Order: sequence, then C-alpha cells, then structure tokens
Amino acid sequence: MKPFTYERATTPAEAAAAVVRQPGSRFIAGGTNLLDLMKLEIETPAHLIDVNGLKLDTIEPTPDGGLRIGALVSNTNLAADQGVRRDYGVLSRAIVAGASGQLRNKATTAGNLLQRTRCPYFYDTNQACNKRRPGSGCAAIGGYSRQLAIIGTSDACIATYPGDMAVAMRLLDATVETVQPNGAARTIPIADFHKLWGKTPHIETALTNGELITAVTLPRPLGGTHVYHKVRDRASYAYALVSVAAVIQRDGTGRVAIGGIAPKPWRVEAADHAMPQGAKAVASRLLAGAKPTHDNAFKVPLVERTLAAVLAETRAA
Amino acid sequence: MTCSSELELSRRGLLAAGAATAAMTQVSVADAQGVSPSKPPPAMHVSFTVNGKRRELTLDTRTTLLDALREHLQLTGSKKGCDHGQCGACTVIVDGTRINSCLTLAVMHEGAKITTIEGLGTPERLHPMQAAFIKHDGYQCGYCTPGQICSAVAVLGEIAAGIPSHVTASLTGKPGVTNDEIRERMSGNICRCGAYSNILEAMTEVAGTRA
Ligand SMILES: Cc1cc2nc3c(=O)[nH]c(=O)nc-3n(C[C@H](O)[C@H](O)[C@H](O)COP(=O)(O)OP(=O)(O)OC[C@H]3O[C@@H](n4cnc5c(N)ncnc54)[C@H](O)[C@@H]3O)c2cc1C
Ligand code: SF4
Repeated sequence: MKPFTYERATTPAEAAAAVVRQPGSRFIAGGTNLLDLMKLEIETPAHLIDVNGLKLDTIEPTPDGGLRIGALVSNTNLAADQGVRRDYGVLSRAIVAGASGQLRNKATTAGNLLQRTRCPYFYDTNQACNKRRPGSGCAAIGGYSRQLAIIGTSDACIATYPGDMAVAMRLLDATVETVQPNGAARTIPIADFHKLWGKTPHIETALTNGELITAVTLPRPLGGTHVYHKVRDRASYAYALVSVAAVIQRDGTGRVAIGGIAPKPWRVEAADHAMPQGAKAVASRLLAGAKPTHDNAFKVPLVERTLAAVLAETRAA
Repeated sequence: MTCSSELELSRRGLLAAGAATAAMTQVSVADAQGVSPSKPPPAMHVSFTVNGKRRELTLDTRTTLLDALREHLQLTGSKKGCDHGQCGACTVIVDGTRINSCLTLAVMHEGAKITTIEGLGTPERLHPMQAAFIKHDGYQCGYCTPGQICSAVAVLGEIAAGIPSHVTASLTGKPGVTNDEIRERMSGNICRCGAYSNILEAMTEVAGTRA
C-alpha cells in the first residue's frame, strides 16, 4: 500500500471541500472496497477523508411517502430496517444476497453504490486494462470473460458493475443526493448515476471530483410482490452471474432490473411493458443489441430462464 | 579459508551494493509518490479498548486493524488468511458487530470496543462457543477457528436481533436458528479443512436448539 495521510471529516461540506484542497484525496466509508484495491495499489490515494463521523446514518420517511437513506447506513442496518422490509422488500433481498455478514456490517450505502468492477484483469496489475490504466488496452477482450458483461459494453471495456444493492435501487427509481465541494447540493436519478463508459471506462459514475453522496432517496412504495433472484457459482458469498430484481403486481404488470450483465444495473422501460407477455418477451427487449463473448454467451438464455423462474415464483406466491 | 573469507568479503560487497540499489530505488519510488525519503510514512495516534483493556498506539496510517492487533498488541489469535475480506479468518467483534479486521484501518477505530478470540474466553474459562467447538471438533488445523468462533458468537446475536439473511423465508417474520440460517450466515468464514458440519453442530448446541 502507498503511504497516505488521514483525516476525519465532521460535516459533509467540509469533507467535500477537503478532497479538492488535497489532490489525490478519497473518501473512505466502510473501506471494504477501497482498502482491498489500495492493498493491490490499484487505488493509490495520497490522503483519506474518513466520512464515518458525518452522522449520515439514519433512515427517515420523506414528506411524499418515500424513504431517505443516509449515505453511511450500513448494508446490514438497511436490509434489517422494518420499513424497508415491509415496503421495499426487493432492496432488503438484494442486499442480503451480496457479500458476507461481516462485510455487510461494514459496507455503507454510498460505498456499495461505488464499488468497482470485479473483472479479473482489472485486479491483476500485470495485465492491460483501460479502466485501471487508460489507454493500456483490455486483456478481457479475447481473454477469460465468463463473468463479464453481455450488453452496454464497448471496444474499450466489457466489465460489469458487480453489485446487488444498486440493481434494486435502479428498479425502485432511487435518487442519489450529493453535496459538491462548493457546498451546492444536487440530486442524480439512479438511472444516470452509473455510466455506460464507452471509450472512457475509468469514468464510472456521474460524480465529479470531491462530490460526496449524502443520501439515497426512494420514492413511494410500489406495492406488489418483491423478488431478488441471484444466480451464482455457489449458493452464498459469490458475485452474480445474472440477477433479477422484480416488483410484480397482481395483474401481471410490473418492472424488472438485471444485475451481472452490464456496466450498470440494467433496466429497459420497454421491457417492463412486456411483463404480462412473459419472460421471453421481456428478455428479448432487455437484451436487444447484446454482444456476448464466447465465454459468457450462456448469460443470454440465463437471463430469460431466471426471469421465467421469478415469474413462476410470484405466480405461486 | 582465504577462499571462504574472500567469498565472504565479496558477498558482503554484493549485499552492500544490493542495499544501495534498494535504497536508491526506494528514493525514486518515494519521490514519485511525493513522499520525502527522509520523512517516515505518515503516522497517527489512536486509542481503543481491546478485550476490556484500553490501548494507545501510534501507527503508520496504513496499518489495518488486524495488523495492529497481531503485530502491535501481540494478539495473534486473529489470523491473516487472504487479507482481502474473502476468508473470514480475521473476524473480530467491534462495538457489537463482527467485521473483517483486515479490511479496515486501525486509525478508523478511535474509541471503539474491540473483542478478539482472546477476549471471548481463556483456556481456563472458555466461552460456551469455544467449549462447543472443542466438544464437536469444529476444526482440524485450527487456523480459521478464531474467526469462525467470533463469527459464530455474533451470528447467534444477529439471528436473535431479527436481522434477515438470504435464506430467511419471510422478511416481516423473525429468522429462526435453523441449519440453513446458520450455514448462510457463516458463509463469510471459509474452512480449508471442511469442518463445516461440526461447526454447525457446535453453534446449534450453543443456540440451545436442535434444528
Ligand atoms: C469478498 C467480497 C465479496 C463481496 N461480494 C459482494 C456481492 O456479492 N455483492 C455485492 O453487491 N457486493 C459485494 N462485495 C462488495 C461490497 O458490497 C463493497 O465492498 C461495499 O459495499 C463497499 O462499501 P464501503 O462502505 O466499504 O465502501 P468503501 O470501500 O469505503 O468505498 C468505496 C468507494 O466509495 C467511495 N465513497 C464511499 N463513501 C462515499 C460517499 N459518501 N460519497 C462519495 N464517495 C464515497 C470511496 O471513496 C471509494 O471510492 C464484496 C466484497 C468483498 C470484499
Ligand atoms: S474489461 Fe474493463 S476492467 Fe476488464 S480488463 Fe478490460 S478494460 Fe479492464
């Protein structure tokens, strides 16, 4: 690990300003992704700003019937919150499908949204990787790409956004609240938060330098049946090959978002409209234009089959 | 003799030259990082309570909680397995919750209350979970065991607190102490010897249920 200096921020505005004051600064929350990458010197911040003291760790109702989740709420506390379990079950389910108990106790709402890809070549500093070292090439293209993306990719990078929680947040149309270094607040719809990176795979989100996430807001509950179905290589403690987050109403309408297949949680509104027509119709709209590799072509039928399983599950319920 | 002392000399020369090259490399690396070679890496003071005892340390900011416990406080019960949060051997309990001590910095724990395997029980006064692991043979080589036991104690607390898991049937109900729940919740602790079924028995006994 490269040496770094460390400070504890006490207010959001102070934290955001500190990043700009000290070049090479990063926020640290749970540290479960950042420190992992710092040990491998994939991330090399010169200064860390600990945001754990910002008191952004509460979950509160919003005036319009939604929920405001503080950026520092732990994954465990978010999944266990009674209101989330009752009204946003898909979010609880997605969180507890990810990582391990120990990690979820540390992982935070903001840190989870910002976790970086698990592409094996991104992690191997001996390999070419446009995301880790812009312009160096992409060892995954033509390499071992079983876990990687089938849609939304580019010639520069075929990595996935690996997380589970954000797939549920995309399904629920969450909004990310931030404060910028100049103190100005803004809100970013989750649909625009994670980017399709095109030629610049090192730019993964809509955040600007020093922009601090303060909260994630959920709109009013949707009702319906909430499902998060994660398909992975082992029954627990593994990243998704494909995951399906869905909210399905009694009349068969609903919405769906997919994890493990793209650089961002994958949702296509036109596919939602096809819900009453069944899994095949939904999957074909979701995956229109997919460009799988030889290794990960299995994900195309896997999306449809996982969707079919989810629809069958909700019909039975 | 002459031969060997000559060899000795030349080896020393070589070593010295090697050290000089290493030092030079270090200078250039340090320069590249903007850290002056004469300046030691940034250090900070931190104080926390470990197993009921207040501890004060001045540490390189890079020191993980695991390294602080093992290398600075000689509490070598917590183990370094993967050092990347994947194996769970470093699991300790901080302010009542279990975490991977390898993926957190010591300086982030000012004022925290930390419990390691050494604080759960002693050879003379075992924690019930330690006794149950012995009774049920919940290990073979023992390397993962301190992390397994810290996790096991915390898992029973998490179930009692009603925290849901991936296998909890109803999100609005309370999870029970079942085999499925224990297996799922313990998945962050890997055992290379495969003592899983015995760990399950030990935990089930401590929970007071035959699931
Ligand atoms: C072995 C292992 C298995 C895992 N399995 C899964 C899995 O199956 N599914 C899954 O979804 N995840 C999984 N994870 C990832 C885990 O969910 C993330 O590491 C965690 O959510 C990151 O949160 P954190 O608070 O620790 O983030 P940190 O590591 O503290 O930060 C991550 C990034 O977010 C930035 N950041 C943090 N807070 C803020 C803020 N308020 N504003 C702006 N920037 C901020 C940091 O600067 C950093 O760049 C796994 C991790 C490990 C180690
Ligand atoms: S797929 Fe993306 S992250 Fe993986 S090696 Fe290529 S550029 Fe890097």
